[in-house]
Amino acid sequence: MQKFDEMYTTLAAAGASQSQSPGGGQAQSQSQAGGSAGEVREHYRSYAKWLSRQNDDVMQARRAEAEMIFRRVGITFAVYGAKDEDGAGTERLIPFDLIPRIIPAREWSSMEKGLVQRVNALNRFIHDVYHEQEIIKAGVIPAEQILNNAQYRPEMKGVDVPNQVYSHISGVDIVRAPNAKGEGEYYVLEDNLRVPSGVSYMLEDRKMMMRLFPDLFSAHRVAPVAHYPDLLLETLRASSPGGAAEPTVVVLTPGMYNSAYFEHAFLAQQMGVELVEGQDLFVKDNFVYMRTTRGPRRVDVIYRRVDDDFLDPRVFRPSSTLGCPGLMDAYRAGHVAICNAVGTGVADDKSIYPYVPKMIEFYLGEKPILSNVPTYMCRNSEDLKYVIANLKDLVVKEVHGAGGYGMLVGPASTKAEIEDFSKAVLANPSNYIAQPTLSLSTCPTYVEQGIAPRHIDLRPFVLSGKTVQMVPGGLTRVALKEGSLVVNSSQGGGTKDTWILEI
Amino acid sequence: MLSRTADHLYWMSRYTERAENTARMLNVSYETSLLPQSAAVAQVGWQGLLSISELLPSYTALYGEVTPQGVMEFMVSDEDNPSSIISCLRAARENARAVRGTLTTEVWETQNQTWLEVNRMLKSGDFERDPGQFFEWVKFRSHLSRGVTVGTMLMDESLHFMRLGTFLERADNTARLVDVKFHAAQRDFFGNAKQKDQEYDFYHWSSILRSVSGFEIYRKVYRDVIRPERVAELLILRPDMPRSLHASMNEVVSNLGLVSSDGDSETLRQAGKLRAELQYGRIDEILATGLHAFLTQFLDRVNDIGSRISQDFLMPEIA
Repeated sequence: MQKFDEMYTTLAAAGASQSQSPGGGQAQSQSQAGGSAGEVREHYRSYAKWLSRQNDDVMQARRAEAEMIFRRVGITFAVYGAKDEDGAGTERLIPFDLIPRIIPAREWSSMEKGLVQRVNALNRFIHDVYHEQEIIKAGVIPAEQILNNAQYRPEMKGVDVPNQVYSHISGVDIVRAPNAKGEGEYYVLEDNLRVPSGVSYMLEDRKMMMRLFPDLFSAHRVAPVAHYPDLLLETLRASSPGGAAEPTVVVLTPGMYNSAYFEHAFLAQQMGVELVEGQDLFVKDNFVYMRTTRGPRRVDVIYRRVDDDFLDPRVFRPSSTLGCPGLMDAYRAGHVAICNAVGTGVADDKSIYPYVPKMIEFYLGEKPILSNVPTYMCRNSEDLKYVIANLKDLVVKEVHGAGGYGMLVGPASTKAEIEDFSKAVLANPSNYIAQPTLSLSTCPTYVEQGIAPRHIDLRPFVLSGKTVQMVPGGLTRVALKEGSLVVNSSQGGGTKDTWILEI
Repeated sequence: MLSRTADHLYWMSRYTERAENTARMLNVSYETSLLPQSAAVAQVGWQGLLSISELLPSYTALYGEVTPQGVMEFMVSDEDNPSSIISCLRAARENARAVRGTLTTEVWETQNQTWLEVNRMLKSGDFERDPGQFFEWVKFRSHLSRGVTVGTMLMDESLHFMRLGTFLERADNTARLVDVKFHAAQRDFFGNAKQKDQEYDFYHWSSILRSVSGFEIYRKVYRDVIRPERVAELLILRPDMPRSLHASMNEVVSNLGLVSSDGDSETLRQAGKLRAELQYGRIDEILATGLHAFLTQFLDRVNDIGSRISQDFLMPEIA
């Protein structure tokens, strides 16, 4: 299978990502020199030159410094049911890699157009699903695919939301892989339209890079990302119902034991709004208030980082203490905005994903700018037959799974695992989709033995208010395990700073 | 601001202050234990320390006999003891983490760094090697925490609730310290029954003073040998002694005034009344009516003000 590396046109050793050369130091100097590792791609050239001049000890010291700062600042994520040796409780650091992932500005500008187009279509789709359902009537997507979907929320039928925007914050996962012509191409792997997280790492990684290597930034024209919280606040304010002049925005968190708590606190602080928990809110006469030291205060916009199921115990899961009773009534009465809207999951479900290119054509009358990864829907008997026969070459995912759980990576699995999974798929075919194992692009990354190629993806954060906008770049996640394609932090993934570079 | 936020800020400060006061008392007991003294006297000292926090029963249940090592472990690194230094610092940090967005970066990082460091120190054996150094460190982290709070926080409600927590906790802790230390010595010193050893006298009272950084202050204020009634006066009535009950209540009243929206709140009135008694009180009157009774009543009233603050601001009922 063809390998595609972001920095080098050819990799150091054939299949370097599969088998580590025993002399780790060797591999490192090869990569760094860029000599036997092949040509350095144009947009990495200047960085690679800089890297080759860096002393190993200095880079090691910088790594240690970064870790120390992340710990002190408390940029951690919580791990359920684990306790650290060092007494830091259940908090872990997400590994941060010193080598940035670089994307040339011209590639970004086309990706950006593709993202705007895709998110616009997805928002049109969600609106349609909860109103006229034109797309079903037109026969583009079978009705049962939507209406029987666990993420379809009948409670949202006929509910009008400001600007007809449902997914205010969309995290679109993008990978780069060789296309039929063997050229690197960006593919959308997944749309995250519920409560996508990770943007705080995008911001903190950049801050860390600027702190560790200020000289790099004076020598390169890296597009800034630090204004993201500003754009986010603007987006949230623009989503306020009833057009209040000074809408009160809050961030709703499940609490400090949630894995993304740092991000919730960080975004609230950066935007200068209150970080609330469900217990801080109450509903009276269909208006939402928060309890303050000076009495109740009206809330207009809730940037919620709590799943639909937990938002309102009277409507969804009755046992939930994370939400606020009566919230849905206030929402349906148009007295408060919930961002993202309730019921967006119907559009980012893996069983709906294969239809997104058709959605773009249906709603916008445009050709999709960004490609989907070819996807087999096991609910179709043809596809199912193919999937079962080719499990060892495919990645199979549960349609409702997330975070790298409930999936099979065929080439990395044992015979027994494949057989077990095959049974599970046959027992409930419509619960699964399958995709060819993409040869995800790699990027040089610091590992124990030195620098080695590791698979990466990219999550840009697309903001939809009155207009659709984003900061240039996103969060690059890297699978630190050799050969692994799973980049999720819960599965041992790390992050990299992402540069959109003018060259 | 959010009631829950105020609650976390208030408790963050209370726990930080509590950790500091525990370190102060342990340090004095530890230093005293280095002096030549009878086993019985030493025992009384360590026992007194547990009585201050009303922890003697739970200590005995877990450790049995009162030994210096036992008390130190129980009060420093025992995570099952909610009043141990490690538990207080954990609670302070957890409260800070819950509202980290409300704190300035410096305040949060100070709390977080303290937490990371204390774990390292306890694990690496730094504490056993040099307990005195460790107690000093706890004190200085608390100084740093207070300083960075006053030096960087916006002077709004957040700061007032934090200050309120600090001084209410300090009023409580100082009152307990005075109560226990005088209680232990009362028979011997106030009954004039027998002539006590002059040296023991000096070390007993100077240790109390040093635990509140008041030894030099005493000399400066009274220019006299150390006498119990003056120690009591300094720690209870002097408004210029930063850890006295009077000074603490002054801060409680002024910060409470800043967060109360209506000027005639019952909480503010109660706090003001308690402050007035300290302002116009005299030490001979207090000693005549009984120091223990006075301090017991003081602690009850501080406790009551604490509950009222919770009801008024931190966990209000919805109207």
